[in-house]
Amino acid sequence: MAISEFLLAPWPWYFSGFLIACIMFILLFFGRTFGFSSNFRTICAACGAGKKTTFFDFEWKEQRWNLLFLVGSVIGGFVATHFLSTDAALKLSASTIAQLKEVGIAFDGGLNPAQIFSFDFMFSVKGFLILLLGGFLVGFGSRYAGGCTSGHAITGLSSLQIPSLIAVIGFFIGGLVMTYFILPILF
Amino acid sequence: MKALKFILTGIFFGIVMTKSEAISWYRIQEMFRFQSFHMFGIIGTAVAIGIIGVYLIKKYKLKDIEGQFIVIPTKDKGWKRALLGGIIFGLGWALTGACPGPMFINVGAGYLVMLLVIFGAVLGTYIYGIVKDKLPH
Repeated sequence: MAISEFLLAPWPWYFSGFLIACIMFILLFFGRTFGFSSNFRTICAACGAGKKTTFFDFEWKEQRWNLLFLVGSVIGGFVATHFLSTDAALKLSASTIAQLKEVGIAFDGGLNPAQIFSFDFMFSVKGFLILLLGGFLVGFGSRYAGGCTSGHAITGLSSLQIPSLIAVIGFFIGGLVMTYFILPILF
Repeated sequence: MKALKFILTGIFFGIVMTKSEAISWYRIQEMFRFQSFHMFGIIGTAVAIGIIGVYLIKKYKLKDIEGQFIVIPTKDKGWKRALLGGIIFGLGWALTGACPGPMFINVGAGYLVMLLVIFGAVLGTYIYGIVKDKLPH
């Protein structure tokens, strides 16, 4: 297979997993730690939340590097979508397609279902609340837990930290409850 | 150059996450339904290589570009916050199919509706900051 063909196709898990570990090491080499959700706290602080709440009263400018990393990740998503992809449909497992259909969510071949991630849905009362609440849970939970997938699952587990293992177990408890008990009610 | 290296690393991250389909709502559902090895393979490989790398960093006392020894900050020891916070995070992760990084990467990939999810996440973080002293940690 030619290199261009390899790059344009979805990347295999071992290649992606290796590169994500590399990103963690690159940031460590730069004297920083991989942890994406800290940016939400930084954004709150940059908006002036530190005046009222001590949790946001810190030298957020020291976290500017992470905001730059964030800006880069948006650009990366754009570049990968426009220059490194074909319009081939996502190869989702047949059993997931069938189960989602039962829940009421159609598989449309994209990365995310247009049924949920469209302006039509966002401008409905239900859609607005679902998207807002979903984000709220991620933001609240990651700060409460002290990290997200990058900080706990990747960095924390790599450095063999027990709290990170507990957090990852929590991620899965919450994820399974949402998947099996709440999603079927919502859709 | 100081700023550029972080932007470039971020671009690399965004590309890897998009090309591995880890920013896909469908892939996250597939993971929580245990119907594909894909996401477990990505996280498992990253952690396995991470463990070896972190071990080597400690063993050979490697330094960063500023000449400081590389140290990985220790997470807070409280198991309650890790578990309860983790569960709340997991609920949101399965609902939106996106953890914090992918929310932003998805905006770049053209899913502008994610901006509302991001707003929700900032709001959630803000509310945590206000009520944190009342929560078990």
